[in-house]
Amino acid sequence: MKLDLTADQELLLDTTRRYLADVVPTAVLRKLRDDPDGYEPGYWSTGAELGWTSLLVAEEHGGGSVSDDGLGDLALVAHEFGRAAAPGPLLTTNVVAGALSRAGGDAVAETLGALCAGESVAAWCWSEPRPKGGFGGIEAVAEPAGGDWVLSGVKSPVEHGAQADLFLVTARSGDGLVQLLVPAASAGVTVTPLKTLDVTRRFARVAFDAVRLPAAAVVGEPGGAAAEVERQLVEALVIQTAEMVGALDKAFELTVAWANDRYSFGRPLASYQALKHRFADMKMWLEASHALADAAAVAARDEPARAGELASVAKAYVGHYGPELCQDCVQLHGGIGLTFEHDLHLYLRRVAVGAALLGTPRDHRLRLADLVERRRDERKAEA
Amino acid sequence: MSADVKPVDIEPVEEFRLRARRWLRENMPLAGPGYRRGLTTLPDEEELAEVAEERRLQRLLWDGGFAGLCFPTEYGGQGLTQAHADAFNKELAGYRYPFRFQIPTIVPCAAVLLEFGTHEQKLAHIPAILRGDELWMQFLSEPGAGSDLAGSRTSAVRQGDDWVLNGSKIWTTGAWWSDWGLCLARTNWDVPKHRGLSVFMLPIHQPGIEISRIEMLNGSKEFCQEFLTDVVVPDSDRIGAVDDGWTVATRWLFHERSIHSSPLTLRPAVASGGHESYGEGGASLLELAEVAGRLDDPGARELVGEAHVLKAAQRELDRRVQATIAGRKGSDQLVSLSRLMQGVVSTRLTTIGYELAGADAAAWADDDEAVGARGVNYLTRQVACVGGGTTEMARNAIAERVLGMPRELALDRGVPFREVRSGSAGGAAARG
Ligand SMILES: Cc1cc2nc3c(=O)[nH]c(=O)nc-3n(C[C@H](O)[C@H](O)[C@H](O)COP(=O)(O)OP(=O)(O)OC[C@H]3O[C@@H](n4cnc5c(N)ncnc54)[C@H](O)[C@@H]3O)c2cc1C
Ligand SMILES: Cc1cc2nc3c(=O)[nH]c(=O)nc-3n(C[C@H](O)[C@H](O)[C@H](O)COP(=O)(O)OP(=O)(O)OC[C@H]3O[C@@H](n4cnc5c(N)ncnc54)[C@H](O)[C@@H]3O)c2cc1C
Repeated sequence: MKLDLTADQELLLDTTRRYLADVVPTAVLRKLRDDPDGYEPGYWSTGAELGWTSLLVAEEHGGGSVSDDGLGDLALVAHEFGRAAAPGPLLTTNVVAGALSRAGGDAVAETLGALCAGESVAAWCWSEPRPKGGFGGIEAVAEPAGGDWVLSGVKSPVEHGAQADLFLVTARSGDGLVQLLVPAASAGVTVTPLKTLDVTRRFARVAFDAVRLPAAAVVGEPGGAAAEVERQLVEALVIQTAEMVGALDKAFELTVAWANDRYSFGRPLASYQALKHRFADMKMWLEASHALADAAAVAARDEPARAGELASVAKAYVGHYGPELCQDCVQLHGGIGLTFEHDLHLYLRRVAVGAALLGTPRDHRLRLADLVERRRDERKAEA
Repeated sequence: MSADVKPVDIEPVEEFRLRARRWLRENMPLAGPGYRRGLTTLPDEEELAEVAEERRLQRLLWDGGFAGLCFPTEYGGQGLTQAHADAFNKELAGYRYPFRFQIPTIVPCAAVLLEFGTHEQKLAHIPAILRGDELWMQFLSEPGAGSDLAGSRTSAVRQGDDWVLNGSKIWTTGAWWSDWGLCLARTNWDVPKHRGLSVFMLPIHQPGIEISRIEMLNGSKEFCQEFLTDVVVPDSDRIGAVDDGWTVATRWLFHERSIHSSPLTLRPAVASGGHESYGEGGASLLELAEVAGRLDDPGARELVGEAHVLKAAQRELDRRVQATIAGRKGSDQLVSLSRLMQGVVSTRLTTIGYELAGADAAAWADDDEAVGARGVNYLTRQVACVGGGTTEMARNAIAERVLGMPRELALDRGVPFREVRSGSAGGAAARG
């Protein structure tokens, strides 16, 4: 997490932290395991009052950040979500809200009002099941038909797809990408809840079968959405890695405390060099993960040209070392670390799910290799 | 550093950047293809010629008003800030620079002098270093004391206004062409080890010091061992208080661990697509994959991506550690995280390089030295985890000093050093 926070950011962090501790302590999370939504009604709208849903939304649309760095503020909230393994459609709703606010126009005002108030939930429909073109491949298709558009394709996994009132769907249109805002109740939409590793976060498969939409459903320029989609991906990765780092931070904290309290052979586990060295490696992974998640958030704000690079770097690193760190935490707990009763798995789940969604570490390493090659070619062309 | 200079007196960073850019363009030789820095294996005459050239480059910086950017003006530095140093490092990309002066002369040796030297000691040596006149060495390790530095057995005995030193130092890289040594020695054998040490500075080339060179497994003969016999050092060349050398040594090691992020040293940013990168990231490994005909192999591409990730992770971790320490939000001991990361990342990158090069790095033709070097680098891979204090010692420091875990059992704690046991491997192997 960031080192230098403004007083307003401290406040946002503190209220979020206290609210999560009060409302969703780990005993409550365990009970939510069978809840179809993963959270109680009212939880989300109260969170919205704390600012969870409006940080990427322009003031004219009823949003606003506490520091002129909405994504940075949101990363702080996401970090606390990770530390608490908190429920709710944080990533998915915010990415959609930010996109709608940037697109602007009259149509978005009402929608954004409801999203910011936590009265409605939007789901970001980008990922597709096993895309043919590899990571980031889009096969959903949207075609103009008369004055309307017709959308067909499958999106999965969609975060909180079954709780969402709206979907922001990325599809191909001719040579380019188009994004459409689709009401969940539209004819031709089928939502199938998925089973998931996370205790409270929900996912669904959403199928669009020749869904007919008015031209007003198009967000941004039809066929020209690629840059905007890339920006949304960067934002999603910044939120995702911040949350994963929060979960790692908590898992590591629990494990250090355990190693100090637990004795074997008359001495604390923390006194064995074999274990101390593992803690040192974990601490290094943890601090590097903090540093990279922050760097990705800063680049998204200050250096758009490097935002994609740093988001992929952060994801590739945190997505690889994060799960390793969590598994080591389980190992160093011994038998108790494998129980449902212990809290550790709540963080392991969040990190493991994060590592797999929005590109695996391998996907992002390959993306970076492409980038390194592209830069090399540009340099050659210049010379 | 430059905490005593009021920010209002300082040249704005952007003005400084432009001035530096202009000056470098007019004065500094370009690195050019084939320019090497780092451990090299050269015939002695070539090595000496490179040392002389680096002394000239350091003198050039001095004459141009760019030597010692973050050293106080009082001692010949420029009194500037980290931001100026960062800007200069960016501008320095693509130029030659006095590589051998950065480590260990400027950091840690000059940094230690700056922190613990008297005004006279600093006046006598820091300007001389910044002018290119003095190259320094660290006389820390001994045949019997590496990780356990406080177990140093080189003895210093008081004689009037002088000290007389006897013993042996080892693993100094380039002592045979260097000028001064910063030396940790034992001044008291009747107290526990940490309380009987003192630090001295001494000219390396003098009758009481015999230097023998040690061949490294890659053929380099830069490693040296020094044998000190009745070497006389005036008390005015003692740094810090008598028997309080561990206080100096602790900060000495801190500076050594922050070598890769200290504002005192020059580290030209490597240009990669217009963006600063932290030394070798993905770019040169991509070239290697191409030479090896593996640019279409997803496995090879993934390794290139991994290298890029690790370099960025090292850079961002270093920044975070430096910012935490500078903002007084965490202890100095956090530099051990940077030290460990450097070892871990460097070894992995070397392995990736060897893997991408494939068979060509195991057996290569005369005109393929660049690929062959990947193989030789691989053989000396662990240098990154041994030199400058081992990664195991960094792990100990992280667990004990950062995470506050119990200290390792030490059988020499509280025992007068004279009575501490030492093993048979203490130095016996050093002379083969
Ligand atoms: C699936 C499963 C099935 C099991 N079935 C049985 C069963 O049928 N019957 C039964 O009696 N038990 C069973 N166990 C218990 C198992 O044997 C213990 O969990 C295991 O021996 C570790 O003990 P612990 O959980 O108390 O962890 P601890 O002993 O507290 O160890 C915690 C961590 O510290 C490390 N550690 C501890 N001491 C040292 C040391 N001196 N040096 C270095 N590291 C150290 C451990 O390796 C571990 O990583 C089962 C456990 C599991 C997970
Ligand atoms: C390229 C290079 C340049 C160097 N330059 C200099 C120089 O300029 N000046 C100088 O003084 N020295 C220099 N050194 C020496 C270097 O600092 C030492 O090699 C290093 O500190 C390790 O000491 P040692 O070789 O005596 O190994 P030892 O201390 O004997 O260690 C052997 C192994 O045991 C491990 N070990 C030892 N104690 C512990 C412990 N308590 N817990 C866990 N593991 C332990 C070590 O990590 C290592 O793996 C250089 C070394 C290299 C490789």
